[in-house]
Amino acid sequence: SSQVVWDTLGNRQFCSYKITTKPQNFCRNEYNLTGLCNRSSCPLANSQYATIREEKGRCYLYMKTIERAPFPRRLWERVLLSKNYEKALEEIDENLIYWPRFIRHKCKQRFTKITQYLIRIRKLTLKRQRKLVPLRRKIERREKRREEKALIAAQLDNAIEKELLERLKQDTYGDIYNFPIHAFDKALQQQEAESESESDAEKEEEEDEDTDKREFVEANSDESDLSDFEDMDKLETSSEEEQEEEEEEVEKPASHSKSKGKTPLKGPARRKRRYIEIEYEEETEPTTKTKAA
Amino acid sequence: AGDGSGPGGSAEEDGGPPAPERVLFPPTFSVSEIKNKQRRHFMFLRWKQQQRKEKLAAKKKRRKEREALGDKAPPKAIPKTIENQRVYDETTVDPNDEEVAFDEATDEFAPYFNRQTVPKILITTSDRPRGRTVRFCEQLSTVIPNSHVYYRRGLALKRIIPQCIARDFTDLIVINEDRNVPNGLVLSHLPEGPTAHFRMSSVRLRKEIKRKGKEPTEHVPEVILNNFTTRLGHSVGRMFASLFPHDPQFIGRQVATFHNQRDYIFFRFHRYIFKSEKKVGIQELGPRFTLKLRSLQKGTFDSKFGEYEWIHKRREMDTSRRKFHL
Repeated sequence: SSQVVWDTLGNRQFCSYKITTKPQNFCRNEYNLTGLCNRSSCPLANSQYATIREEKGRCYLYMKTIERAPFPRRLWERVLLSKNYEKALEEIDENLIYWPRFIRHKCKQRFTKITQYLIRIRKLTLKRQRKLVPLRRKIERREKRREEKALIAAQLDNAIEKELLERLKQDTYGDIYNFPIHAFDKALQQQEAESESESDAEKEEEEDEDTDKREFVEANSDESDLSDFEDMDKLETSSEEEQEEEEEEVEKPASHSKSKGKTPLKGPARRKRRYIEIEYEEETEPTTKTKAA
Repeated sequence: AGDGSGPGGSAEEDGGPPAPERVLFPPTFSVSEIKNKQRRHFMFLRWKQQQRKEKLAAKKKRRKEREALGDKAPPKAIPKTIENQRVYDETTVDPNDEEVAFDEATDEFAPYFNRQTVPKILITTSDRPRGRTVRFCEQLSTVIPNSHVYYRRGLALKRIIPQCIARDFTDLIVINEDRNVPNGLVLSHLPEGPTAHFRMSSVRLRKEIKRKGKEPTEHVPEVILNNFTTRLGHSVGRMFASLFPHDPQFIGRQVATFHNQRDYIFFRFHRYIFKSEKKVGIQELGPRFTLKLRSLQKGTFDSKFGEYEWIHKRREMDTSRRKFHL
């Protein structure tokens, strides 16, 4: 009658355990020895059959004989195999003595495969395991949106610029930058506003002298200024633009701070204020405006 | 104007005069009660227009009053922002607080701030990093001076850490990667320092930033830490500060910024130039990313047995939109 079973289920009619693919047919039955759908591998179509199955890390040998065919509850007999590989193989041989060669051989093969993958599981659990954390879509969206809003609220460029200017005012940069008078004056005025108008008077005098000096120097220091201008052009900064815009002194000290902080030009730099206005506007118009900062 | 016999419940509205100014609704009526969608939409638009007009009129009136009063006018109202309305956090650091100062003098970063140690940083990734992450690590290592990039190759962090300590590293940065994109950062201060775990987002490599600057040079950059107000924020800020050598080289004119806004820490790397004493130009070089703190652990990295100083618990901490922890 196993032949009958095979004729019906195996080839002609529907078997619910059968999966057809090209070019192979698979059997989904849990007692199947090889996993393929064959005449010799089908547990339904063979009245004498055996498999190896693994439960919680221990391997069992399941056997089915024709005598128990009418008792489905007692159909499959289960034998626990020893943990030792060789002993287990002997046990399989013992239990399946006088059984067809095919089943014995396939049982041993299946047992080998199972022990191999059990070993691998044990090895992997010792190593680090990657924990997968599911992303929650709503939360991701919320976080993203909040980040965008925070970015807009932060106004990073302004904040950084403010901080840098603060540091400049508080003199953390020391002598590198020579933006002399304004910051200095402001600081002085703030500190000495309460008392000592004398210092103010002195400052005024100094300023007057400076302006006088400046007027003097304009005429004389032509060549030195020009040479400086050439240097400036070679440098890559946007100093040209700034000079066009502002009346403030500064580029000289900045550029020279780049060329390793030469301080000697402090004097003429300061005095060049008005001079810069005139000269630069003429010279630098034709040159292309390179990058803005 | 389509008034009158509209199907459905337009019976509740007024006679339906076309002039919007004279629309008077009975006090219990709301536009949403009209069943017909088209009509409802129309009425809603009209209502909206009316609201806008009222608002404009109110504004004008207020402005006239202010002008009329002249100097005696009440000061202008400050608009409410989230930063204004922030729930006051009890752990906000007062700059003059002695206890905080004492704590900071004796915590794990004290040797750094006293200039006894020079930071030496190890940057690594999770297993098998892909191209983007690798490039990001390289760029990060150019930004942070005295840093080295090593590949992970399946080593366990717990075993790396003693080796690092033996070789005098002060900090360890692990960039976690998921699907070709770096998305997490673990920053661990090594000789038993705190470990901070961040979620990293919007990473932009150098070539993706629209700027025309060159690469960061080898100069030590300055560090700007903005808006770290609470105790937690302070400790995180100190962690960041201890990544960079304590003496910046101003010749390099580079600045690394960690700006905290609503619990998001934005990292930027700029080159600045002072055009005048009131104007500074900055140019962005270097990668940029944003971090959000997930947890702060007291010891070095240990996910199972570590003692957590702070974990972000979503259910408890995200309940209010005005409450921030950093």
